[in-house]
Amino acid sequence: MNVTYRLDHPEKGLIQYTDKKRHLWIASLFLPLLALTGIAGYFGMGENPYMLLAPLIFIYALVPLLDHVFGSDENNPPEELVPQLEEANYYRILTWLTVPLHVMVLLITAWFVGTQELSAWSVLAVTLTAGIYSGLGINTAHELGHKRGRFERALARIALSVSTYGHFCVEHNRGHHRDVATPEDPASSRMGESIYKFMLREIPGAFARGWHEEKQRLERLNKSAWSLHNEVLQSYALSILLQGSLIVLFGWIMVPFLLIHNFWAWFQLTSANYIEHYGLLRQRKENGRYEHCQPHHSWNANYIFSNILLFHLERHSDHHANPTRRYQSLRNFDDIPELPNGYFGMFLVAYIPWLWYRIMDKRLLALPHIQGDLSKVNIDPDKRDSIVARYGNLEENHV
Amino acid sequence: MSNYRCNGCGYVFNEAVGDKHEGYPPMPFMDLPDDFTCPGCGVRYKEDFNLMPPPGR
Repeated sequence: MNVTYRLDHPEKGLIQYTDKKRHLWIASLFLPLLALTGIAGYFGMGENPYMLLAPLIFIYALVPLLDHVFGSDENNPPEELVPQLEEANYYRILTWLTVPLHVMVLLITAWFVGTQELSAWSVLAVTLTAGIYSGLGINTAHELGHKRGRFERALARIALSVSTYGHFCVEHNRGHHRDVATPEDPASSRMGESIYKFMLREIPGAFARGWHEEKQRLERLNKSAWSLHNEVLQSYALSILLQGSLIVLFGWIMVPFLLIHNFWAWFQLTSANYIEHYGLLRQRKENGRYEHCQPHHSWNANYIFSNILLFHLERHSDHHANPTRRYQSLRNFDDIPELPNGYFGMFLVAYIPWLWYRIMDKRLLALPHIQGDLSKVNIDPDKRDSIVARYGNLEENHV
Repeated sequence: MSNYRCNGCGYVFNEAVGDKHEGYPPMPFMDLPDDFTCPGCGVRYKEDFNLMPPPGR
């Protein structure tokens, strides 16, 4: 069923838009279930453990390939029709429906690991699969948590509880969006910084920032940070309930399962954060504040396949320009920093730092607003000398 | 009592109401802390808010 949005603009005349991807978003309801195809295949093929690799092969091999094959998303709603698109309930209902699915996937994968006779490799495959899909749950929580309504923000906290990441929405909305593309942001990566070094800064930094922001809010309300008024703790409490129950139900094997699952889910966000602002830097204004986040302060990808899986997360510039905008309305622009593949492909590149630097450093320095000017780049202090030595005279060399 | 609107996301701070969730009682907008960021988008500071015109008659 196609819906066409229309507006009679006083100057531009009739503007129309049909969202050709409208029906594709249903895929988001099936994606968490993809995590279970490995288990289904295992039983279907007579307990064949190789089937457990299927979801991992999908994410790490098939998705980057399909991004390359299907290419760019030509759908781009006109700015004037965004308000109408925002109002369409269909899109938000899809995100709500995925939340119980994420809980379900954790329960089923936990049951599988807790009850079946499996080799360590099989357990690892299922655990990593569960972690990836809980990481997608964090992405859904990102979409929900940016909205103003209490219902959607509560749903976000439930989605985050699946991977024990309850601080995320607070630290992301009030911390990352405020500090993005500056050296002060633990969730913005620096040129020359590997994802592993970044992770050691990002994960604890995010926890600390989320706790700090929520504590400040509660202080204003004269409430204790150690109370259930604390929205971070509300989500963690749910995590303890959920994950504690799994340990009680399925025994000690749940401890390594949950630890690795949680970490791998968090690492999906680390991976996304790493590639989204690598090396980009906002300039300070005269009054000491940083300039507003501009489109050129985010790396984007307009690949249709992975964007469907991620609720348009890859249209990152528009997200930072309009943080409360719903995923269906996010727009792409020309002349913004662009990644050479979708997120899942770029994650793989990021996991091999020398390959990441080889592909991304020149791309970063060639951006129109940078053009070799290192003062416009967020550089890892430990790598500053070697980067300046290598690239410092680019302007003079007319690169 | 005036309303101030975030020029980024449209969030409105109503001086007569404050923002209960954020812990701001009814108060003059200008008395908000200098590091106050918009509760809607988290991005804009006080100087990015616009005083809304009073409702017309």
